[in-house]
Amino acid sequence: MTGRLLLLAAALFLLAFLVSPGSFAWIFQTFTRNNAPAIYTQTPLWSLTLSHLALVALAVLASTCVALVLAVLVTRPPGREFLPLARTITSVGQTFPPVAVLALAVPVMGFGAGPTLVALFLYGLLPVFENALAGLTGQPPSVAEAAQGMGLTPRQRLWQVDLPLALPVILTGMRLTAVISLGTATIGSTVAARTLGEVIIAGLLSSNTAFVLQGGMVVGIIAVLIHEGFQALERIVARRTGLNR
Amino acid sequence: MIEIRNLSKLYDGVAAVQDVSLTVERGQIAALVGTSGSGKTTLLRMINRLVEPTSGQVLIEGKGTRLLPSHLLRRRIGYAIQGHGLFPHRTVGQNIAIVPRLLGWSAEQIRDRVDELLALFQLDPVAFRDRMPHELSGGQQQRVGVARALAARPDLLLMDEPFGALDPVIRAKAQDDLRQIQRQLGTTLILVTHDMEEAVSLGDRIAVMDKGRLVQYAPPAEILTAPATPFVRDLIGSDQRPFHLLSLTPVHAIATEGKAEGAPLRREATLRDALAECLWSGRDVLPLEGGGVVTLAALRAEAAPLARAAE
Repeated sequence: MTGRLLLLAAALFLLAFLVSPGSFAWIFQTFTRNNAPAIYTQTPLWSLTLSHLALVALAVLASTCVALVLAVLVTRPPGREFLPLARTITSVGQTFPPVAVLALAVPVMGFGAGPTLVALFLYGLLPVFENALAGLTGQPPSVAEAAQGMGLTPRQRLWQVDLPLALPVILTGMRLTAVISLGTATIGSTVAARTLGEVIIAGLLSSNTAFVLQGGMVVGIIAVLIHEGFQALERIVARRTGLNR
Repeated sequence: MIEIRNLSKLYDGVAAVQDVSLTVERGQIAALVGTSGSGKTTLLRMINRLVEPTSGQVLIEGKGTRLLPSHLLRRRIGYAIQGHGLFPHRTVGQNIAIVPRLLGWSAEQIRDRVDELLALFQLDPVAFRDRMPHELSGGQQQRVGVARALAARPDLLLMDEPFGALDPVIRAKAQDDLRQIQRQLGTTLILVTHDMEEAVSLGDRIAVMDKGRLVQYAPPAEILTAPATPFVRDLIGSDQRPFHLLSLTPVHAIATEGKAEGAPLRREATLRDALAECLWSGRDVLPLEGGGVVTLAALRAEAAPLARAAE
């Protein structure tokens, strides 16, 4: 209960801050030096937040789609031999630093949101893929046996049994990807993507700790809210699938 | 009628099932018994083609099972397994409705069938239809599993250790119910079990498997009194033979005229029950409900078939 109240308070605070950042200048004033501005005003914070969220949502959606299709393919009998390959691809996507992806993508795609999207997409593949894999292969053996024994076709088994039972675990993967991407997206601003990283970078360049703090704070609160939102969703879905008592 | 003809399954050249032939008449129960690794489950799974035979064929009512795509074949054959395999994300009603839905029954037909089956298995449709499987007890889950296997009125029901996960009390009840429902519906039933007692009490015929081969296929009394090989004899267990044998016959079959003191026995009780009652209460004669008596001497004679044969 207290957890929920805290979340609600955090959400309200975030909303208030985004609508009227100027009203909170007194908090950040203490972190500025030489009368530097306390609040970032070059671009409205709410607009940066929205484009930041849109970028992350797009990236999470893309990595979920690709990772899910990949996981389904390698858990079907004809695709099973591609499992090691798919594992390698998603692991490389995770180990390759997003900064390096940006550096490589900018010459090809130019500055803007594109390279960031690619970096986030690659970075987010692994959690969804590994979780989907665990979900698709981790169902009780008697359920798979019964499904086959009753005459469900492979496609019916996938849609009616495998995917519904794997859904809670897949959501966990999406949660991890979303939270990671939310933080990682900030570096997109080094190549001119419109994200909350803009505020942080501006703060770093002008030695204005207040900017760094407010950028980080907004990202942090959103990450916590998204994390909690996903967890609530996972609980509902898990209860509905009857896997958790 | 199910005919299994020269069925074999090889895994990497090693036979899991080797040249098995047997016939199960319509409406009969065949119990496949054997130690683990004897090939009984593989044999069962070849009937609905969860395992494709290496050679040989299975005929259901004279028609080869290979004529149909395997998933269509399986929709016509009931299948119930150990641990029930209910879909955890579907309600009891939806679980039972799976095969009828696959077969394209109307919603109304399905609803009626679900309620009919729940009632048949002594589960109140109103209370159970919309429950989730994890909200049921083990015995209830098992009953729903069998009800689901019977949903589309299959002529043939396959069961793989269906009562294996149940405790002894519930298991005995489940076996009684199954026997009753099977008789009522006239379904042909092939059942895999490692429990000889279950095989004797349920099976019209028992098929004993050893190392992939069928070593004996006969009615329970014959398996008990004339085991074909030492393996069959060991599987029965010499200490249990007389009791298994007695459990095959109801008391009214050997009742004689007369009167006796004490509480009467149900007429459907088995000779085994009668013997237990004699031993426990220290009586030599037991009265039956509705008249007649059973004597300890008669019970002893029934339990000693070899001595009887020698007379």
